[in-house]
Amino acid sequence: MTSPVDTQAPQARPEFERDPVDASDIGDVERPLSFSERLTGNDAVRRLAILLVLGLIWELYARWIDNPLILPTLGSTLTTFFHDLMSGVLIDRIATSLRSLMLGYFAGLILAGLLTTVAVSTRIGSDVLSTLTAMFNPVPAIALLPLALIWFGLGAPSLVFVIVHSVLWAVALNTLTGFRSVPETLRMSGRNYGLHGIRYVALILIPAAFPSILAGLKIGWAFAWRTLIAAELVFGVSSRSGGLGWYIFEARSELETDRVFAGLLAVILFGLIVEAVIFRFIERQTVQRWGMQR
Amino acid sequence: MTELAQTDAGGGSDLLTVDNVTLQYKTPQHLVTATYKVGFTVQESERYVILGPSGCGKSTLLKAVGGFMAPVTGGITIRGRAVSAPGPDRMMVFQEFEQLMPWKTVLQNVEFPMRATKKFGRAESRARAIAMIDRVRLGKFRDVYPHMLSGGMKMRVALARAMALEPSILLMDEPFAALDALTRREMQQELLGLWEQFRFTVLFVTHSIEEAIILGSRILVLSPHPGRVRAELDASRFRFDEVDSPEFSALSKRIHGLLFEGKLEAGSRGA
Repeated sequence: MTSPVDTQAPQARPEFERDPVDASDIGDVERPLSFSERLTGNDAVRRLAILLVLGLIWELYARWIDNPLILPTLGSTLTTFFHDLMSGVLIDRIATSLRSLMLGYFAGLILAGLLTTVAVSTRIGSDVLSTLTAMFNPVPAIALLPLALIWFGLGAPSLVFVIVHSVLWAVALNTLTGFRSVPETLRMSGRNYGLHGIRYVALILIPAAFPSILAGLKIGWAFAWRTLIAAELVFGVSSRSGGLGWYIFEARSELETDRVFAGLLAVILFGLIVEAVIFRFIERQTVQRWGMQR
Repeated sequence: MTELAQTDAGGGSDLLTVDNVTLQYKTPQHLVTATYKVGFTVQESERYVILGPSGCGKSTLLKAVGGFMAPVTGGITIRGRAVSAPGPDRMMVFQEFEQLMPWKTVLQNVEFPMRATKKFGRAESRARAIAMIDRVRLGKFRDVYPHMLSGGMKMRVALARAMALEPSILLMDEPFAALDALTRREMQQELLGLWEQFRFTVLFVTHSIEEAIILGSRILVLSPHPGRVRAELDASRFRFDEVDSPEFSALSKRIHGLLFEGKLEAGSRGA
């Protein structure tokens, strides 16, 4: 520390100017990705690979324990699945489930829409929604099934009731959160153009809150599908025309384990299709295109 | 000289009158007085700058002119009509980039206010939007979504959107504060260029003395907390090329003095 000037001061260096070095030997500045790069960059391809590996593990393990009553092989599950699909049984079951599902899902969405509209426009409305959501969101829909059976009896109305319950709170909560997180500047520009009331909600709030709303729709969908299958499993015993849950229940009571697996496969596949095709499509057309979500 | 004529506040071309305006707003803990008895008039085709340190209520003042909040005392009139609610005759341009609607392309963003206010028909809105986007040199980016644009480009879209509607007055709330220094310089030039062409009236809020002198034809200096009128100066003689002139730095020093010498005095009187 005796003479810091000597040791720490940067040495004087000459200034210079020059032309940028020739960059032509790097090739095109923008190069298209190679086929394998694009293949591994594709979500669908990677996911399919994971599925194939899982399927392979299943098949090998099932052959190894060799007990179709406990764990049928993937092959026999798929055979039963396609057999029931071709004979129309499975299609019929899915259609029955889907009817209650759609009814409950859309009724839930409409109710959620009404509640949130009231909640954003008045303070008491927002208090009501917050309280109701805090109360009912944690209640599992299936826990309301006994009550639904007392009120509506066995049949579709009870199913619709529990589905509405499972959809309503998740969607309302997400939509309200979305509306609340719309940036102040965006709200002000909307009002600047003289927008108010329903036009303001439709043209500014809903698109601006769309990422949250979409997340709510997805969660609501998953809750509804889950609740429906579970409720049908309970119902299955006494209801005549059952859905997919009943199909599984029936197969279990007849000890057709491969059919149980085929039913589960149908549940998974249907959920996957809705998620990967319908919601993915909406996402790509909206929030991803708008850069609101990556 | 024209700037001398503009100093005369009683002219017939008064566009905006802010009279004795006191503004207060509530935070969860306090009732804050943002401005106290502020008055000024803006004339047609003027570039009127409100300059003050942060917390002097200049943005609140602009919001009040925009109709987003009502004054506690005094009144704001535009062409003789009292301001009571937000309206498309006073287009706001904000500092934040998120003022553009992310779900609309550049073209749709510029078109939207014209369509939403029903001021122009469909075909006319489209034509005006295209012309204005070309004017701010974004013709190539017309069908691009805002998230793919740089900060300066987003600001140019916001500017184009506001101007395409032909408002009576353009309200700009520190629009270039979030930009880097080079882009800000470019945007200031852009704004002045547009003004030369269209001669619109603009009310511009900033905390940068240099920006105020370059952009403003008239500068209202506010004292800090609560904002009160400290001075009204004429700056119409300065342009970009004069930034280094002694006259420019003299005015800059003078404003600096107005802003910061009064601090002690204001502190003792404030609170």
